[in-house]
Amino acid sequence: MIALCDVNNFYVSCERAFNPALWHRPVIVLSNNDGCAVARSSEVKNLGIKMASPLFKIKNLVKQHRIVTLSSNYALYGDMSHRVDDIIAQYSDQIENYSIDECFINFKGHEHLDLVTHCQNLKQQIWQWLSLPVCVGIAPSKTLAKVANHYAKKLKVSGSVLKLDDELQIKQALEYLPVKEIWGVGGQISKHLNELGIITALDLRNSPIKTMRKRFSVVLERTILELRGIPCIAFDADPEKKKQIICSRSFAEKISDLRLLKEAIAYHVSRACVTLRQQQSVAQSITVAIRTNTFNAHDKQHSKAITLQLPQASNQTGDFLSAAQQGLLKLFKKGYGYKKAGIVLNNISDAETVQLDLFSPTHNSNDGLMQVLDDINARFGKGTLRSAQEGFKQAWVMKSDIRTPCYTTKISDAIKV
Amino acid sequence: MPKVTLLTPINSSLELPLYETLIPAGFPSPAEEYLGDTMDLNDYLIQNKTASFFAKVEGDSMIDAGIFAGDLVVVDKSITACDGCIVIAVVNNEFTIKRLSTKNGIKLMPENKEYQPIVMSGENELLIWGVVTSLIRKF
Repeated sequence: MIALCDVNNFYVSCERAFNPALWHRPVIVLSNNDGCAVARSSEVKNLGIKMASPLFKIKNLVKQHRIVTLSSNYALYGDMSHRVDDIIAQYSDQIENYSIDECFINFKGHEHLDLVTHCQNLKQQIWQWLSLPVCVGIAPSKTLAKVANHYAKKLKVSGSVLKLDDELQIKQALEYLPVKEIWGVGGQISKHLNELGIITALDLRNSPIKTMRKRFSVVLERTILELRGIPCIAFDADPEKKKQIICSRSFAEKISDLRLLKEAIAYHVSRACVTLRQQQSVAQSITVAIRTNTFNAHDKQHSKAITLQLPQASNQTGDFLSAAQQGLLKLFKKGYGYKKAGIVLNNISDAETVQLDLFSPTHNSNDGLMQVLDDINARFGKGTLRSAQEGFKQAWVMKSDIRTPCYTTKISDAIKV
Repeated sequence: MPKVTLLTPINSSLELPLYETLIPAGFPSPAEEYLGDTMDLNDYLIQNKTASFFAKVEGDSMIDAGIFAGDLVVVDKSITACDGCIVIAVVNNEFTIKRLSTKNGIKLMPENKEYQPIVMSGENELLIWGVVTSLIRKF
């Protein structure tokens, strides 16, 4: 059996854990740059405010219902997420972190346990230790565990734990679930499915598997098998290395100054290269992208990306910095107010299995230098030692005007009693 | 003289080498041979890292218990509060540090004669956020 455990309205719940004044008020946590709603308390959801609603579009509702809006505080959410993982690890040794606020727990070998009680204890412990509310869905496959979790939340099941294991129960649950709600079925596929008369998850489960595979994909075939209770999606306790590393941010203000754009791009390159080295990989190409504010219809729009190939795969910040700066010069046009910049590292492979290029000059390996750089920054804080290209003032940094203190990671930010 | 190495804290763990025997001054003693375990203040102050948080004390309601404004306390949320525990409670949507008394009704007792106990009745709901397990004060 597999369980999916997730924290309800995770970012909002983290904020509430350290601020009782938020317990009985509607709360929204905003995305980077305070642009859109990325987490909503249940009161906010009941008002019909959708995920990713831009703040300027819901200003009136915010005022009318005295909704508290907060900037996202990733230091807090990251720390709380680790603490949740620590607790879950006491309940099973096979855990797959799926995102910052949800994880799959494999109970293979724990069949002798009463899993509902086991997970209710888990829920209770996370609530007492961290003041975070969780829901748990238990089922024979990952896809069904997602369904069980969905119902545990929606039906406000007592104890917040729902196990779906007998045929009749599973069929009932699937009968009332639209296909687009199924894990791994996108909006586009569900449209096609609807056209074929496949409306509910039960319809999909009962559809002929070979035909569906031909018509759609192996992925959908797997989903159908999973809905039938046959686990097909591997349990991955050690998630694969990233095949792509993306770093991008919106700016607080529009930027038309090339120098500031250069700084922002250099900052993103440095961050991405740290991730690249952490997973012991190398990359061979980098994409640089900039764009203006697409929300503002009055502005002149310019949005462009460029991909550059390195002569050979690398994980040296310097190699990517120079490539990125060349790329930026090609993209940049005077007279536009840019709102966002970012980079993507592509073509990623293991550092040990690099193909050396016979014709390129021998790579002057700076492994030692990069090691020192990463060590110093790990020890004395991010950005202590950095490329001068990243700039010092960082006038482009994002807005987070209403960020709460880092209650759990900075002594000076501890709660006041 | 034995060489004493102080390790700088990395990842919030402060490690000081702990010598297992006293080394007489003046002897050319190879201190490293006696270097045993390390002392970790986090280990000493925090029993349960996952469930522990720091809180900064404000106000003077607990001075008779030796808890002053500006002190840092460790709050362990995994411990169930009992009579006599110093707790972080939530009163009127705010955190407060008090001693819990469960004899003759539930009360939050200040440790300062100038303050009145907070008596829990039907109207004001009591919620214990965590139990205070240690106090840190820098001079």
